Amino acid sequence: MFGKLTLDAIPYHEPIIMVVAAFMAIGGIALLGALTYYRKWGWLWHEWFTSVDHKKLGIMYFVVALVMLLRGFADAIMMRTQLAMAAGGAAGYLPPEHYDQIFTAHGVIMIFFVAMPMVIGLMNLVVPLQIGARDVAFPFLNNLSFWLFAVSAVLVNISLVVGEFAKTGWLAYAPLSGIEFSPGVGVDYWIWALQISGVGTTLTGINFFVTILKMRTKGMTMFRMPIFTWTSLCANVLIIASFPILTATVALLTLDRYFGMHFFTNDFGGNMMMYVNLIWAWGHPEVYILILPAFGVFSEVIATFARKRLFGYNTMVWATVAITLLSFIVWLHHFFTMGAGANVNAFFGIMTMIIAIPTGVKVFNWLFTIFRGSLELTSPVLWTLGFIITFTLGGMTGVMLAVPAANFVLHNSLFVIAHFHNVIIGGVVFGMMAGLTYWFPKAFGFTLSEKWGKRSFWCWFIGFYVAFMPLYVLSFFGAVRRMQSYANPEWQPWMILAWVGAVIIMMGIACTIIQFWVSIRDRKQNADITGDPWHGRTLEWSTSSPAPFYNFARLPEVGDIDSFWSQKQRSKEQLEDAPYTDIHMPRNTVAGPIISVFALVLGFALVWHIWWLAAVGALGVVASFLARVFNDDIDYYVPAAEVERIEREHQQRLEAQA
Amino acid sequence: MATDTLHHGAVAEPHEHHDASGTKVFGFWVYLMSDLVIFGALFATYAVLMKGTAAGPTAADIFELPFVLVETFLLLLSSFTFGMGVLAMNAERIGQVKAWLAVTFLLGAAFVGMEVYEFQHLIHQGNGPDQSAFLSSFFTLVGTHGVHVTVGLVWILVMLIQLTTKGLTPMTRPRIVCLSLFWHFLDIVWICVFSFVYLMGVL
Repeated sequence: MFGKLTLDAIPYHEPIIMVVAAFMAIGGIALLGALTYYRKWGWLWHEWFTSVDHKKLGIMYFVVALVMLLRGFADAIMMRTQLAMAAGGAAGYLPPEHYDQIFTAHGVIMIFFVAMPMVIGLMNLVVPLQIGARDVAFPFLNNLSFWLFAVSAVLVNISLVVGEFAKTGWLAYAPLSGIEFSPGVGVDYWIWALQISGVGTTLTGINFFVTILKMRTKGMTMFRMPIFTWTSLCANVLIIASFPILTATVALLTLDRYFGMHFFTNDFGGNMMMYVNLIWAWGHPEVYILILPAFGVFSEVIATFARKRLFGYNTMVWATVAITLLSFIVWLHHFFTMGAGANVNAFFGIMTMIIAIPTGVKVFNWLFTIFRGSLELTSPVLWTLGFIITFTLGGMTGVMLAVPAANFVLHNSLFVIAHFHNVIIGGVVFGMMAGLTYWFPKAFGFTLSEKWGKRSFWCWFIGFYVAFMPLYVLSFFGAVRRMQSYANPEWQPWMILAWVGAVIIMMGIACTIIQFWVSIRDRKQNADITGDPWHGRTLEWSTSSPAPFYNFARLPEVGDIDSFWSQKQRSKEQLEDAPYTDIHMPRNTVAGPIISVFALVLGFALVWHIWWLAAVGALGVVASFLARVFNDDIDYYVPAAEVERIEREHQQRLEAQA
Repeated sequence: MATDTLHHGAVAEPHEHHDASGTKVFGFWVYLMSDLVIFGALFATYAVLMKGTAAGPTAADIFELPFVLVETFLLLLSSFTFGMGVLAMNAERIGQVKAWLAVTFLLGAAFVGMEVYEFQHLIHQGNGPDQSAFLSSFFTLVGTHGVHVTVGLVWILVMLIQLTTKGLTPMTRPRIVCLSLFWHFLDIVWICVFSFVYLMGVL
């Protein structure tokens, strides 16, 4: 009746998991209770869950990502604590099978459920505003993408309490992840969480690609688009071209596990290196999907706060395009030790080093933008400066890893861990924090506390170096990744130092939480009445904060790069007497959440081999999708009078402030 | 050709609203390209694993070209009939559209039926997908195409219902165009399957 699922699947004997589960349950019940008590369910459903407004979806992506960041960071600090303790062969407090799940979950959560939703959330919030559009090309699919991602996050969290998570490392290399060596349900949770959220990501990629190409406002040619939009466009090209590879690869692993096929098995002609090649053919573009939009954020931030047009706009665009193309021909550098031979390794090593060139172009562009600008040291700028320093260092260790001969020594060591945290924390995390601070007023109508933002930055910045520089050192002593304990007691001081670094980063996260609290408390003082708190350069700052649901009462016209800036230099009153017109908008949809909940049921049932429930889930997905297909009432017009009323209120607030 | 048909009889829209049906078809093109990447990964996997027969049957042992040739012509013919359906749509002849879609459905269903028979026959002979890496990759590549065709069949049924209940509207029109793109796309993929898997396997 319940497939492989029995009451034994709940790990009663693991006190750590039970305590975490208890906290999650208490927190969840408190949240549900509060929602019921304040009668917020209807509001949540009508205003948020079923919304097709790209700005609200962007906010929801960020909310889920920040919650998952806490989960992923809890995994990180547990690992660091274990390694600070488990010296000289000591057991520490985490048994190996639990430790293995934690490092797997940490990687999966941080990449798929923190970094990806932050990047996609920021794209949602910003891109349509930057190109002067009223919504995305496919608003319903946008809502569906979010929910497919959200239920996958739920599936990962279910694995904490029901059953187990994969013990294979975040990419679940075969044949370790095959049924022979991983007979439990951990890998199956990994499979279905990635498949469901992967479909959502692919849809997002298509959606934003079409949005950027087809829905730019009048006069916005490709080479007048803001850099963040450019980097998002390239990231979406990468999504469209690479996520299907992930889908196919994970599907093949699924066939091996569920139907006894032999793609990646040791015997019957299977080829395990095929798995590693395929997964990295997706995996390497994936890291650029994360970093390119972060590059875009830094470009916007630095131009705004240096009060200068970005240095080398064209080279910035072409550098982004070059990275996009090159990212597809470097995947083999993740496994030089496969034994492909000197010539193959040399090719991939050289290609990898070549990527450093366009990246270097970008770094110089940012530096030259600062040069002779009047840089204001706000917290987004601090994140950007911290990024330039940290990312450059991380890039250089990346070039070291790209040398095949050196790679044979460094492969699988803590050097790799230190390197990719160097670029992901220094690049993606700093970028998302900068973007969050920069665009927060556009989403909510008030700015974040600068004091706590700067404190958060310094904790993250210092904490990163204290946590990860020791790992570079340890790697030279021969420390490898994914070890639960180690024999050499001389490593322990470095491990303890790394733990201290993790605690400093934890203080940074705490500062961010306090920052939200303080800023919401002081939202009246920090209100952004004008819609343009930073004297911005691009179109998103030309509308009110928070932006009205239709984004622009009259669609803007663009004459050059940074057109809002030049428009401000000229005059503000050129458009004012044009009459308002009716605005065509998409309706909210219940289909997104409903389809996704059935997808969650399907995923859970497949993990546990509960076939009847899987059938229910699959039929539910198809039926609710068809119901959407047969619904013609999907859009409406906002009357011009309503637009005029909303705009007049905004005008009155402006005058009241003046 | 496909996108041109959309401007035919499209409802006039307010000037600042984007061309929704054109955007839909363009988005569907992009989706097809991403789907193509899935097939690309499966073809690459087949290429790597086709020699991994684990002392079991090879491609030459199990493929029957005349059978597959009939399958191929069924699918090619169905692409032609779908094309006729789109021409009928441009001529605003809804009855003919439905008739051509119905013929396409029958041809597609016959194709899927033959494929299911072939698979069932192979499994019955003891050459199922769990017997070797070659068979795993063969069943998966061809089966993925078959699943796509099956989805296309369901989609044709949905469109037949919508054409009956709604007629040719700005909602149904781009869907027919997208479906025709999907159908022709699957035809092209099948040509690659036929040449690369069956023909090269036997010759």
